[in-house]
Amino acid sequence: MPSKTEAFFGSVGRRVILFGRDVHYASKIINDAFYWTFVSPVKGKPVRVRATISEIVKAGYNAVPIVAVISLFVGIILALQAAYQLKRVGALIYVANLVGVSITRELGPILTAIIVAGRSGSAFAAEIGSMKSAEEVDALVTMGINPVRFLVTPKLLALMFMLPALTVFADMIGIFGGFLLSTTVIGIHPYNYFQQSVNALLVKDVMTGLVKAWAFGIVITIVGAYQGFKVEGGAEEVGRRTTASVVASIFLVIVFDLFFTTLFYYFT
Amino acid sequence: MMSAVMENAIEVTGLRTHYGQREILKGISIAIPRGKTSVILGGSGCGKSTLLKHLIGLLRPTAGKIAINGRDIAAMDEEELNRVRRKMGMLFQGAALLNSLTVAENVALPIREHARLNESTVMIMVRMKLDLVGLSGFENFYPSQLSGGMKKRAGLARAIALDPELLFFDEPSAGLDPVTAAGLDDLILKLRNVFGITIVVVTHELPSVFTIADYVIMLDAGEVIFSGILDDLRNSQNERVRMFLERRPETKTYSPDDYFRFIVGD
Ligand SMILES: Nc1ncnc2c1ncn2[C@@H]1O[C@H](COP(=O)(O)OP(=O)(O)OP(=O)(O)O)[C@@H](O)[C@H]1O
Ligand SMILES: [Mg+2]
Repeated sequence: MPSKTEAFFGSVGRRVILFGRDVHYASKIINDAFYWTFVSPVKGKPVRVRATISEIVKAGYNAVPIVAVISLFVGIILALQAAYQLKRVGALIYVANLVGVSITRELGPILTAIIVAGRSGSAFAAEIGSMKSAEEVDALVTMGINPVRFLVTPKLLALMFMLPALTVFADMIGIFGGFLLSTTVIGIHPYNYFQQSVNALLVKDVMTGLVKAWAFGIVITIVGAYQGFKVEGGAEEVGRRTTASVVASIFLVIVFDLFFTTLFYYFT
Repeated sequence: MMSAVMENAIEVTGLRTHYGQREILKGISIAIPRGKTSVILGGSGCGKSTLLKHLIGLLRPTAGKIAINGRDIAAMDEEELNRVRRKMGMLFQGAALLNSLTVAENVALPIREHARLNESTVMIMVRMKLDLVGLSGFENFYPSQLSGGMKKRAGLARAIALDPELLFFDEPSAGLDPVTAAGLDDLILKLRNVFGITIVVVTHELPSVFTIADYVIMLDAGEVIFSGILDDLRNSQNERVRMFLERRPETKTYSPDDYFRFIVGD
Protein backbone atom coordinates (compact mmCIF):
# COMPACT_ATOMS: atom_id res chain seq x y z
CA MET A 1 0.00 0.00 0.00
CA PRO A 2 1.32 3.44 -0.87
CA SER A 3 2.11 5.68 2.08
CA LYS A 4 0.15 8.89 2.66
CA THR A 5 2.99 11.00 1.27
CA GLU A 6 3.19 8.91 -1.87
CA ALA A 7 -0.56 9.14 -2.34
CA PHE A 8 -0.37 12.89 -1.82
CA PHE A 9 2.37 13.44 -4.39
CA GLY A 10 0.65 11.01 -6.69
CA SER A 11 -2.56 12.99 -6.62
CA VAL A 12 -0.70 16.29 -7.00
CA GLY A 13 1.16 14.84 -9.95
CA ARG A 14 -2.03 13.62 -11.60
CA ARG A 15 -3.63 17.01 -11.14
CA VAL A 16 -0.63 18.77 -12.65
CA ILE A 17 -0.69 16.42 -15.63
CA LEU A 18 -4.43 16.93 -16.12
CA PHE A 19 -4.03 20.69 -15.79
CA GLY A 20 -1.19 20.62 -18.28
CA ARG A 21 -3.43 18.75 -20.69
CA ASP A 22 -6.21 21.31 -20.26
CA VAL A 23 -3.80 24.14 -20.98
CA HIS A 24 -2.51 22.31 -24.02
CA TYR A 25 -6.04 21.69 -25.27
CA ALA A 26 -7.08 25.31 -24.69
CA SER A 27 -4.04 26.62 -26.52
CA LYS A 28 -4.76 24.26 -29.39
CA ILE A 29 -8.28 25.66 -29.70
CA ILE A 30 -6.99 29.25 -29.57
CA ASN A 31 -4.40 28.41 -32.18
CA ASP A 32 -6.90 26.65 -34.47
CA ALA A 33 -9.50 29.38 -34.06
CA PHE A 34 -7.07 32.09 -35.13
CA TYR A 35 -5.68 29.99 -37.94
CA TRP A 36 -9.09 29.21 -39.42
CA THR A 37 -10.35 32.75 -38.91
CA PHE A 38 -7.43 34.80 -40.17
CA VAL A 39 -4.90 32.64 -41.99
CA SER A 40 -6.88 30.09 -43.97
CA PRO A 41 -9.30 32.57 -45.65
CA VAL A 42 -6.21 34.15 -47.20
CA LYS A 43 -5.20 30.71 -48.46
CA GLY A 44 -8.54 30.29 -50.20
CA LYS A 45 -10.72 28.53 -47.62
CA PRO A 46 -13.42 31.13 -47.11
CA VAL A 47 -15.25 31.57 -43.81
CA ARG A 48 -18.94 30.65 -43.71
CA VAL A 49 -20.55 34.00 -44.37
CA ARG A 50 -24.16 32.94 -43.81
CA ALA A 51 -23.35 31.22 -40.53
CA THR A 52 -21.41 34.29 -39.42
CA ILE A 53 -24.35 36.55 -40.16
CA SER A 54 -26.68 34.25 -38.28
CA GLU A 55 -24.31 34.31 -35.28
CA ILE A 56 -24.17 38.10 -35.49
CA VAL A 57 -27.93 38.21 -35.33
CA LYS A 58 -28.15 35.70 -32.48
CA ALA A 59 -25.30 37.06 -30.36
CA GLY A 60 -25.55 40.74 -31.22
CA TYR A 61 -28.86 41.89 -32.59
CA ASN A 62 -30.97 39.78 -30.25
CA ALA A 63 -28.99 41.07 -27.27
CA VAL A 64 -29.85 44.70 -28.02
CA PRO A 65 -32.96 44.97 -25.81
CA ILE A 66 -31.36 43.50 -22.70
CA VAL A 67 -28.18 45.52 -23.19
CA ALA A 68 -30.29 48.66 -23.62
CA VAL A 69 -32.32 48.12 -20.47
CA ILE A 70 -29.36 47.19 -18.29
CA SER A 71 -27.15 50.05 -19.43
CA LEU A 72 -29.97 52.55 -19.08
CA PHE A 73 -30.51 51.46 -15.50
CA VAL A 74 -26.82 51.43 -14.72
CA GLY A 75 -26.48 54.94 -16.17
CA ILE A 76 -29.26 56.12 -13.88
CA ILE A 77 -27.82 54.34 -10.85
CA LEU A 78 -24.40 55.76 -11.55
CA ALA A 79 -25.75 59.32 -11.79
CA LEU A 80 -27.63 58.88 -8.53
CA GLN A 81 -24.60 57.54 -6.70
CA ALA A 82 -22.38 60.26 -8.09
CA ALA A 83 -24.85 62.96 -7.13
CA TYR A 84 -25.00 61.58 -3.60
CA GLN A 85 -21.35 62.45 -3.08
CA LEU A 86 -20.98 65.43 -5.38
CA LYS A 87 -23.84 67.48 -3.97
CA ARG A 88 -21.95 67.69 -0.65
CA VAL A 89 -19.18 69.60 -2.34
CA GLY A 90 -21.56 71.50 -4.58
CA ALA A 91 -20.11 70.04 -7.76
CA LEU A 92 -23.20 68.37 -9.15
CA ILE A 93 -22.26 69.19 -12.73
CA TYR A 94 -19.42 66.67 -12.43
CA VAL A 95 -22.01 63.90 -12.45
CA ALA A 96 -21.68 64.15 -16.23
CA ASN A 97 -17.92 63.49 -16.09
CA LEU A 98 -18.29 60.59 -13.72
CA VAL A 99 -21.06 58.91 -15.65
CA GLY A 100 -19.41 59.46 -19.04
CA VAL A 101 -15.94 58.29 -18.08
CA SER A 102 -16.92 55.29 -15.99
CA ILE A 103 -19.41 54.07 -18.57
CA THR A 104 -17.12 54.35 -21.59
CA ARG A 105 -13.95 53.17 -19.91
CA GLU A 106 -15.32 50.47 -17.71
CA LEU A 107 -18.98 49.71 -17.26
CA GLY A 108 -20.06 49.68 -20.90
CA PRO A 109 -17.58 47.01 -21.96
CA ILE A 110 -17.83 44.90 -18.83
CA LEU A 111 -21.61 44.90 -18.59
CA THR A 112 -21.91 44.03 -22.26
CA ALA A 113 -19.36 41.27 -21.84
CA ILE A 114 -21.20 39.80 -18.87
CA ILE A 115 -24.51 39.86 -20.71
CA VAL A 116 -22.98 38.28 -23.80
CA ALA A 117 -21.15 35.67 -21.70
CA GLY A 118 -24.46 34.73 -20.11
CA ARG A 119 -26.37 34.66 -23.38
CA SER A 120 -23.90 33.57 -26.05
CA GLY A 121 -20.97 32.00 -24.21
CA SER A 122 -23.34 29.52 -22.64
CA ALA A 123 -25.12 28.97 -25.96
CA PHE A 124 -21.79 28.22 -27.68
CA ALA A 125 -20.85 25.68 -25.02
CA ALA A 126 -24.28 24.06 -25.15
CA GLU A 127 -24.38 23.93 -28.94
CA ILE A 128 -20.89 22.53 -29.42
CA GLY A 129 -21.25 20.25 -26.40
CA SER A 130 -24.45 18.65 -27.61
CA MET A 131 -22.98 18.28 -31.10
CA LYS A 132 -19.98 16.60 -29.53
CA SER A 133 -22.11 14.14 -27.58
CA ALA A 134 -24.28 13.36 -30.64
CA GLU A 135 -21.12 12.52 -32.66
CA GLU A 136 -21.88 15.47 -34.97
CA VAL A 137 -18.40 16.81 -34.41
CA ASP A 138 -16.96 13.42 -35.35
CA ALA A 139 -19.15 13.46 -38.45
CA LEU A 140 -17.69 16.83 -39.46
CA VAL A 141 -14.16 15.51 -39.08
CA THR A 142 -15.04 12.44 -41.13
CA MET A 143 -16.33 14.68 -43.90
CA GLY A 144 -12.98 16.46 -43.86
CA ILE A 145 -14.51 19.60 -42.37
CA ASN A 146 -12.52 21.12 -39.55
CA PRO A 147 -14.93 21.58 -36.62
CA VAL A 148 -13.16 24.71 -35.43
CA ARG A 149 -13.51 26.31 -38.83
CA PHE A 150 -17.10 25.19 -39.13
CA LEU A 151 -18.29 26.04 -35.64
CA VAL A 152 -15.92 28.43 -33.91
CA THR A 153 -14.87 30.82 -36.68
CA PRO A 154 -18.35 32.25 -37.32
CA LYS A 155 -18.85 32.74 -33.59
CA LEU A 156 -15.44 34.33 -33.14
CA LEU A 157 -15.98 36.77 -35.99
CA ALA A 158 -19.46 37.56 -34.74
CA LEU A 159 -18.35 38.35 -31.20
CA MET A 160 -15.21 40.22 -32.28
CA PHE A 161 -17.49 42.47 -34.26
CA MET A 162 -20.61 42.56 -32.09
CA LEU A 163 -19.08 43.03 -28.65
CA PRO A 164 -17.54 46.41 -29.57
CA ALA A 165 -20.71 47.33 -31.43
CA LEU A 166 -22.91 46.46 -28.47
CA THR A 167 -20.49 48.33 -26.23
CA VAL A 168 -20.83 51.52 -28.27
CA PHE A 169 -24.56 51.10 -27.98
CA ALA A 170 -24.36 50.43 -24.23
CA ASP A 171 -22.15 53.51 -23.80
CA MET A 172 -24.69 55.72 -25.52
CA ILE A 173 -27.68 54.36 -23.64
CA GLY A 174 -25.81 54.46 -20.33
CA ILE A 175 -24.85 58.07 -20.83
CA PHE A 176 -28.38 58.82 -21.87
CA GLY A 177 -29.59 57.23 -18.60
CA GLY A 178 -27.31 59.50 -16.62
CA PHE A 179 -28.51 62.45 -18.67
CA LEU A 180 -32.14 61.55 -18.08
CA LEU A 181 -31.73 61.39 -14.33
CA SER A 182 -29.52 64.43 -14.00
CA THR A 183 -31.75 66.70 -16.04
CA THR A 184 -34.94 65.66 -14.26
CA VAL A 185 -34.28 64.59 -10.69
CA ILE A 186 -31.03 66.44 -10.03
CA GLY A 187 -32.05 69.43 -12.09
CA ILE A 188 -28.99 70.04 -14.21
CA HIS A 189 -29.74 72.00 -17.36
CA PRO A 190 -29.67 69.66 -20.37
CA TYR A 191 -27.36 71.88 -22.37
CA ASN A 192 -24.86 72.14 -19.51
CA TYR A 193 -24.92 68.40 -18.99
CA PHE A 194 -24.35 67.84 -22.67
CA GLN A 195 -21.44 70.29 -22.84
CA GLN A 196 -19.89 68.85 -19.70
CA SER A 197 -20.10 65.32 -21.10
CA VAL A 198 -18.58 66.28 -24.40
CA ASN A 199 -15.70 68.02 -22.68
CA ALA A 200 -15.13 65.15 -20.28
CA LEU A 201 -15.09 62.37 -22.82
CA LEU A 202 -11.88 61.72 -24.67
CA VAL A 203 -11.67 59.61 -27.78
CA LYS A 204 -9.06 57.67 -25.88
CA ASP A 205 -11.61 56.66 -23.21
CA VAL A 206 -14.01 55.31 -25.78
CA MET A 207 -11.28 53.55 -27.73
CA THR A 208 -9.77 51.77 -24.74
CA GLY A 209 -13.26 50.56 -23.88
CA LEU A 210 -13.68 49.18 -27.38
CA VAL A 211 -10.31 47.43 -27.33
CA LYS A 212 -11.37 45.75 -24.13
CA ALA A 213 -14.71 44.76 -25.62
CA TRP A 214 -12.97 43.21 -28.60
CA ALA A 215 -10.72 41.16 -26.32
CA PHE A 216 -13.70 40.10 -24.21
CA GLY A 217 -15.41 38.85 -27.34
CA ILE A 218 -12.45 36.58 -28.05
CA VAL A 219 -12.31 35.37 -24.44
CA ILE A 220 -16.02 34.49 -24.37
CA THR A 221 -15.91 32.61 -27.67
CA ILE A 222 -12.82 30.62 -26.79
CA VAL A 223 -14.10 29.66 -23.35
CA GLY A 224 -17.48 28.58 -24.73
CA ALA A 225 -15.86 26.56 -27.50
CA TYR A 226 -13.31 25.02 -25.14
CA GLN A 227 -16.00 23.87 -22.70
CA GLY A 228 -18.14 22.58 -25.56
CA PHE A 229 -15.37 20.54 -27.14
CA LYS A 230 -14.44 19.08 -23.76
CA VAL A 231 -17.81 17.31 -23.50
CA GLU A 232 -17.33 13.54 -23.67
CA GLY A 233 -20.49 12.17 -22.14
CA GLY A 234 -24.13 13.01 -22.44
CA ALA A 235 -26.68 15.69 -21.65
CA GLU A 236 -25.81 16.18 -18.00
CA GLU A 237 -22.22 16.96 -18.88
CA VAL A 238 -23.40 19.48 -21.46
CA GLY A 239 -25.30 21.23 -18.68
CA ARG A 240 -22.30 21.20 -16.37
CA ARG A 241 -19.97 22.54 -19.05
CA THR A 242 -22.46 25.25 -20.01
CA THR A 243 -22.54 26.54 -16.46
CA ALA A 244 -18.77 26.26 -16.23
CA SER A 245 -18.38 28.28 -19.41
CA VAL A 246 -20.36 31.20 -17.98
CA VAL A 247 -18.44 31.21 -14.71
CA ALA A 248 -15.08 30.84 -16.44
CA SER A 249 -15.73 33.47 -19.07
CA ILE A 250 -16.95 36.05 -16.56
CA PHE A 251 -13.90 35.33 -14.44
CA LEU A 252 -11.54 35.63 -17.40
CA VAL A 253 -13.28 38.77 -18.62
CA ILE A 254 -12.54 40.38 -15.25
CA VAL A 255 -8.94 39.14 -15.33
CA PHE A 256 -8.44 40.60 -18.80
CA ASP A 257 -10.16 43.78 -17.69
CA LEU A 258 -7.66 44.15 -14.87
CA PHE A 259 -4.83 43.51 -17.28
CA PHE A 260 -5.99 46.01 -19.89
CA THR A 261 -6.93 48.67 -17.36
CA THR A 262 -3.46 48.43 -15.83
CA LEU A 263 -1.91 48.58 -19.28
CA PHE A 264 -3.93 51.62 -20.33
CA TYR A 265 -3.25 53.33 -17.02
CA TYR A 266 0.48 53.29 -17.70
CA PHE A 267 0.61 53.57 -21.48
CA THR A 268 -2.05 56.03 -22.59
CA MET B 1 -6.48 -18.91 -47.19
CA MET B 2 -9.31 -16.74 -48.34
CA SER B 3 -8.00 -13.32 -47.31
CA ALA B 4 -4.71 -13.83 -49.10
CA VAL B 5 -6.50 -14.34 -52.41
CA MET B 6 -8.66 -11.25 -52.10
CA GLU B 7 -7.25 -7.84 -52.47
CA ASN B 8 -7.65 -5.96 -49.22
CA ALA B 9 -8.90 -2.39 -48.94
CA ILE B 10 -7.83 -2.07 -45.33
CA GLU B 11 -5.10 -3.89 -43.48
CA VAL B 12 -4.70 -3.38 -39.77
CA THR B 13 -1.62 -4.76 -38.05
CA GLY B 14 -0.94 -4.83 -34.33
CA LEU B 15 -3.46 -2.12 -33.47
CA ARG B 16 -3.33 -1.19 -29.80
CA THR B 17 -5.34 1.60 -28.30
CA HIS B 18 -6.04 3.15 -24.93
CA TYR B 19 -8.61 5.42 -23.34
CA GLY B 20 -6.50 6.94 -20.57
CA GLN B 21 -4.86 3.99 -18.82
CA ARG B 22 -7.32 1.36 -20.08
CA GLU B 23 -6.27 -0.74 -23.01
CA ILE B 24 -9.25 -1.23 -25.33
CA LEU B 25 -7.84 -2.96 -28.41
CA LYS B 26 -5.03 -5.35 -27.57
CA GLY B 27 -2.91 -5.60 -30.67
CA ILE B 28 -5.42 -6.70 -33.27
CA SER B 29 -4.66 -7.51 -36.89
CA ILE B 30 -7.46 -7.68 -39.46
CA ALA B 31 -7.95 -7.30 -43.18
CA ILE B 32 -11.02 -5.89 -44.91
CA PRO B 33 -11.50 -7.33 -48.41
CA ARG B 34 -12.19 -4.88 -51.21
CA GLY B 35 -15.64 -4.66 -52.76
CA LYS B 36 -17.21 -6.85 -50.06
CA THR B 37 -19.29 -6.27 -46.99
CA SER B 38 -17.39 -7.01 -43.80
CA VAL B 39 -19.23 -7.20 -40.53
CA ILE B 40 -17.61 -6.56 -37.18
CA LEU B 41 -19.36 -8.48 -34.41
CA GLY B 42 -18.83 -8.59 -30.71
CA GLY B 43 -20.38 -8.01 -27.32
CA SER B 44 -21.13 -4.59 -25.98
CA GLY B 45 -18.08 -2.63 -24.94
CA CYS B 46 -15.57 -4.91 -26.68
CA GLY B 47 -14.26 -2.02 -28.76
CA LYS B 48 -16.13 -2.18 -32.06
CA SER B 49 -16.93 1.52 -32.28
CA THR B 50 -13.41 2.28 -31.14
CA LEU B 51 -12.02 0.15 -33.97
CA LEU B 52 -14.28 1.90 -36.47
CA LYS B 53 -13.13 5.30 -35.25
CA HIS B 54 -9.54 4.24 -35.86
CA LEU B 55 -10.33 3.06 -39.36
CA ILE B 56 -11.61 6.51 -40.31
CA GLY B 57 -8.78 8.28 -38.51
CA LEU B 58 -10.90 9.88 -35.80
CA LEU B 59 -8.72 8.35 -33.10
CA ARG B 60 -4.98 7.80 -33.17
CA PRO B 61 -3.69 4.39 -32.07
CA THR B 62 -1.11 3.88 -29.35
CA ALA B 63 0.68 1.44 -31.61
CA GLY B 64 0.11 -0.39 -34.86
CA LYS B 65 -0.53 0.27 -38.52
CA ILE B 66 -3.78 1.00 -40.32
CA ALA B 67 -3.13 0.73 -44.03
CA ILE B 68 -5.87 1.99 -46.32
CA ASN B 69 -5.12 1.17 -49.94
CA GLY B 70 -1.63 0.34 -48.74
CA ARG B 71 -0.94 3.64 -46.99
CA ASP B 72 -0.69 3.94 -43.22
CA ILE B 73 -3.19 6.52 -41.98
CA ALA B 74 -1.86 6.34 -38.42
CA ALA B 75 1.27 8.12 -39.62
CA MET B 76 -0.48 10.78 -41.72
CA ASP B 77 -0.91 14.43 -40.88
CA GLU B 78 -4.37 15.95 -40.85
CA GLU B 79 -4.17 17.27 -44.40
CA GLU B 80 -3.20 13.94 -45.92
CA LEU B 81 -5.81 12.23 -43.80
CA ASN B 82 -8.48 14.56 -45.19
CA ARG B 83 -7.58 13.49 -48.71
CA VAL B 84 -8.08 9.86 -47.69
CA ARG B 85 -11.32 10.72 -45.88
CA ARG B 86 -12.70 12.13 -49.11
CA LYS B 87 -12.95 8.52 -50.28
CA MET B 88 -14.72 7.38 -47.12
CA GLY B 89 -18.21 7.75 -45.79
CA MET B 90 -19.52 6.92 -42.37
CA LEU B 91 -22.99 6.47 -40.97
CA PHE B 92 -22.83 7.12 -37.25
CA GLN B 93 -24.88 5.24 -34.69
CA GLY B 94 -27.24 8.17 -34.16
CA ALA B 95 -26.95 9.38 -37.79
CA ALA B 96 -25.16 12.54 -36.52
CA LEU B 97 -26.99 14.90 -38.85
CA LEU B 98 -26.35 18.55 -38.08
CA ASN B 99 -29.54 19.73 -36.45
CA SER B 100 -29.19 23.32 -37.56
CA LEU B 101 -29.23 22.36 -41.24
CA THR B 102 -31.95 20.86 -43.42
CA VAL B 103 -31.63 17.36 -44.85
CA ALA B 104 -30.52 18.76 -48.22
CA GLU B 105 -27.94 21.04 -46.61
CA ASN B 106 -26.62 18.11 -44.59
CA VAL B 107 -26.15 16.01 -47.69
CA ALA B 108 -24.64 18.96 -49.54
CA LEU B 109 -22.10 19.55 -46.78
CA PRO B 110 -19.34 17.19 -47.98
CA ILE B 111 -20.03 18.10 -51.61
CA ARG B 112 -19.58 21.81 -50.95
CA GLU B 113 -16.52 21.17 -48.84
CA HIS B 114 -14.65 19.07 -51.37
CA ALA B 115 -15.83 20.17 -54.77
CA ARG B 116 -16.19 23.57 -56.36
CA LEU B 117 -19.55 23.17 -58.08
CA ASN B 118 -22.31 25.58 -58.82
CA GLU B 119 -25.41 25.55 -56.69
CA SER B 120 -27.69 23.76 -59.17
CA THR B 121 -25.21 20.91 -59.70
CA VAL B 122 -24.93 20.46 -55.93
CA MET B 123 -28.70 20.33 -55.61
CA ILE B 124 -28.96 17.76 -58.40
CA MET B 125 -26.39 15.57 -56.67
CA VAL B 126 -28.23 15.96 -53.36
CA ARG B 127 -31.53 14.97 -54.94
CA MET B 128 -29.94 11.92 -56.56
CA LYS B 129 -28.57 10.70 -53.25
CA LEU B 130 -31.81 11.33 -51.41
CA ASP B 131 -33.65 9.48 -54.14
CA LEU B 132 -31.30 6.53 -53.75
CA VAL B 133 -32.10 6.19 -50.04
CA GLY B 134 -35.79 6.81 -50.63
CA LEU B 135 -36.03 10.24 -49.09
CA SER B 136 -36.90 12.39 -52.09
CA GLY B 137 -39.28 15.13 -51.10
CA PHE B 138 -37.72 15.58 -47.68
CA GLU B 139 -35.06 18.05 -48.80
CA ASN B 140 -36.30 20.89 -46.66
CA PHE B 141 -37.07 18.95 -43.53
CA TYR B 142 -34.93 19.46 -40.45
CA PRO B 143 -33.49 16.37 -38.73
CA SER B 144 -35.74 16.94 -35.73
CA GLN B 145 -38.73 16.44 -38.03
CA LEU B 146 -37.58 12.97 -39.17
CA SER B 147 -38.07 9.55 -37.60
CA GLY B 148 -35.09 7.48 -36.48
CA GLY B 149 -35.07 5.36 -39.62
CA MET B 150 -35.36 8.41 -41.87
CA LYS B 151 -32.48 10.06 -40.04
CA LYS B 152 -30.34 7.00 -40.68
CA ARG B 153 -31.21 7.09 -44.36
CA ALA B 154 -30.45 10.80 -44.54
CA GLY B 155 -27.15 10.09 -42.78
CA LEU B 156 -26.48 7.41 -45.37
CA ALA B 157 -27.24 9.84 -48.20
CA ARG B 158 -24.68 12.19 -46.69
CA ALA B 159 -22.14 9.39 -46.29
CA ILE B 160 -22.40 8.45 -49.97
CA ALA B 161 -22.60 12.04 -51.22
CA LEU B 162 -19.11 11.93 -52.70
CA ASP B 163 -19.37 8.35 -54.04
CA PRO B 164 -16.95 6.87 -51.52
CA GLU B 165 -14.88 3.74 -52.07
CA LEU B 166 -15.23 2.83 -48.43
CA LEU B 167 -18.36 3.01 -46.36
CA PHE B 168 -18.61 2.48 -42.61
CA PHE B 169 -21.74 1.81 -40.60
CA ASP B 170 -21.95 1.87 -36.81
CA GLU B 171 -24.93 -0.26 -35.79
CA PRO B 172 -27.17 0.79 -38.68
CA SER B 173 -30.20 -1.16 -37.52
CA ALA B 174 -30.01 -0.47 -33.79
CA GLY B 175 -33.25 1.03 -32.57
CA LEU B 176 -35.15 0.40 -35.80
CA ASP B 177 -38.19 -1.77 -36.33
CA PRO B 178 -37.51 -5.03 -38.26
CA VAL B 179 -39.05 -3.74 -41.49
CA THR B 180 -37.03 -0.53 -41.54
CA ALA B 181 -33.93 -2.47 -40.51
CA ALA B 182 -34.44 -4.90 -43.39
CA GLY B 183 -34.86 -1.93 -45.73
CA LEU B 184 -31.52 -0.59 -44.59
CA ASP B 185 -29.94 -4.02 -45.13
CA ASP B 186 -31.28 -3.99 -48.69
CA LEU B 187 -29.73 -0.62 -49.24
CA ILE B 188 -26.38 -1.89 -47.98
CA LEU B 189 -26.57 -4.84 -50.34
CA LYS B 190 -27.44 -2.54 -53.21
CA LEU B 191 -24.50 -0.27 -52.50
CA ARG B 192 -22.14 -3.21 -52.63
CA ASN B 193 -23.68 -4.90 -55.66
CA VAL B 194 -24.37 -1.85 -57.81
CA PHE B 195 -21.55 0.47 -56.85
CA GLY B 196 -18.94 -2.02 -55.66
CA ILE B 197 -18.29 -0.10 -52.48
CA THR B 198 -16.21 -1.73 -49.75
CA ILE B 199 -18.46 -1.76 -46.72
CA VAL B 200 -17.68 -2.23 -43.04
CA VAL B 201 -20.62 -2.70 -40.71
CA VAL B 202 -20.63 -2.92 -36.93
CA THR B 203 -23.74 -4.67 -35.74
CA HIS B 204 -25.34 -6.80 -33.05
CA GLU B 205 -28.20 -8.06 -35.17
CA LEU B 206 -27.55 -11.64 -36.25
CA PRO B 207 -30.31 -11.77 -38.90
CA SER B 208 -28.76 -8.73 -40.51
CA VAL B 209 -25.31 -10.35 -40.38
CA PHE B 210 -26.52 -13.36 -42.32
CA THR B 211 -28.17 -11.11 -44.91
CA ILE B 212 -25.41 -8.66 -45.66
CA ALA B 213 -22.08 -10.15 -44.62
CA ASP B 214 -19.49 -11.56 -46.98
CA TYR B 215 -16.78 -11.50 -44.39
CA VAL B 216 -17.03 -11.52 -40.62
CA ILE B 217 -14.68 -10.33 -37.91
CA MET B 218 -15.56 -11.06 -34.32
CA LEU B 219 -14.03 -9.19 -31.42
CA ASP B 220 -14.06 -10.15 -27.80
CA ALA B 221 -12.51 -8.09 -25.02
CA GLY B 222 -10.28 -6.20 -27.43
CA GLU B 223 -9.04 -9.24 -29.33
CA VAL B 224 -10.01 -10.86 -32.63
CA ILE B 225 -11.53 -14.28 -31.94
CA PHE B 226 -12.72 -14.97 -35.46
CA SER B 227 -12.24 -13.68 -38.95
CA GLY B 228 -13.36 -15.35 -42.13
CA ILE B 229 -16.23 -15.80 -44.54
CA LEU B 230 -19.79 -16.35 -43.42
CA ASP B 231 -19.73 -20.14 -43.91
CA ASP B 232 -16.66 -20.46 -41.73
CA LEU B 233 -18.48 -18.50 -39.06
CA ARG B 234 -21.42 -20.90 -39.14
CA ASN B 235 -19.05 -23.86 -38.82
CA SER B 236 -16.73 -22.30 -36.28
CA GLN B 237 -16.01 -24.45 -33.25
CA ASN B 238 -14.66 -21.57 -31.19
CA GLU B 239 -16.62 -21.62 -27.98
CA ARG B 240 -17.13 -17.89 -27.68
CA VAL B 241 -18.20 -17.63 -31.31
CA ARG B 242 -20.75 -20.38 -30.72
CA MET B 243 -21.96 -18.60 -27.59
CA PHE B 244 -22.54 -15.46 -29.58
CA LEU B 245 -24.32 -17.24 -32.41
CA GLU B 246 -26.44 -19.43 -30.19
CA ARG B 247 -27.64 -16.50 -28.15
CA ARG B 248 -30.11 -16.00 -30.95
CA PRO B 249 -33.01 -17.82 -29.26
CA GLU B 250 -32.51 -15.69 -26.17
CA THR B 251 -33.21 -12.50 -28.10
CA LYS B 252 -36.79 -13.72 -28.51
CA THR B 253 -39.14 -12.21 -25.97
CA TYR B 254 -39.93 -14.43 -23.02
CA SER B 255 -43.40 -15.78 -22.51
CA PRO B 256 -44.70 -14.81 -19.05
CA ASP B 257 -44.10 -18.34 -17.77
CA ASP B 258 -40.54 -18.44 -19.05
CA TYR B 259 -39.92 -15.02 -17.62
CA PHE B 260 -41.17 -16.09 -14.22
CA ARG B 261 -38.93 -19.15 -14.31
CA PHE B 262 -36.03 -16.94 -15.40
CA ILE B 263 -36.55 -14.55 -12.51
CA VAL B 264 -36.84 -17.20 -9.83
CA GLY B 265 -33.73 -18.79 -11.29
CA ASP B 266 -35.32 -22.11 -12.06
N1 LIG C 1 -14.51 8.38 -24.87
C1 LIG C 1 -14.21 7.32 -24.08
N2 LIG C 1 -13.48 7.49 -22.97
C2 LIG C 1 -13.16 6.44 -22.19
N3 LIG C 1 -13.54 5.19 -22.41
C3 LIG C 1 -14.27 4.95 -23.50
C4 LIG C 1 -14.65 5.99 -24.39
N4 LIG C 1 -15.38 5.46 -25.39
C5 LIG C 1 -15.44 4.14 -25.14
N5 LIG C 1 -14.78 3.81 -24.00
C6 LIG C 1 -14.62 2.47 -23.44
O1 LIG C 1 -14.05 1.66 -24.42
C7 LIG C 1 -14.68 0.39 -24.45
C8 LIG C 1 -15.07 0.06 -25.88
O2 LIG C 1 -16.03 0.99 -26.30
P1 LIG C 1 -16.73 0.92 -27.70
O3 LIG C 1 -17.63 2.09 -27.81
O4 LIG C 1 -15.70 0.73 -28.74
O5 LIG C 1 -17.60 -0.41 -27.53
P2 LIG C 1 -18.54 -1.11 -28.57
O6 LIG C 1 -17.94 -2.42 -28.86
O7 LIG C 1 -18.82 -0.20 -29.72
O8 LIG C 1 -19.86 -1.31 -27.70
P3 LIG C 1 -21.39 -1.15 -28.14
O9 LIG C 1 -21.71 -2.39 -28.89
O10 LIG C 1 -22.10 -1.09 -26.85
O11 LIG C 1 -21.51 0.09 -28.96
C9 LIG C 1 -15.85 0.47 -23.51
O12 LIG C 1 -15.59 -0.37 -22.42
C10 LIG C 1 -15.95 1.89 -23.06
O13 LIG C 1 -16.11 1.93 -21.67
MG1 LIG D 1 -20.56 1.05 -30.40
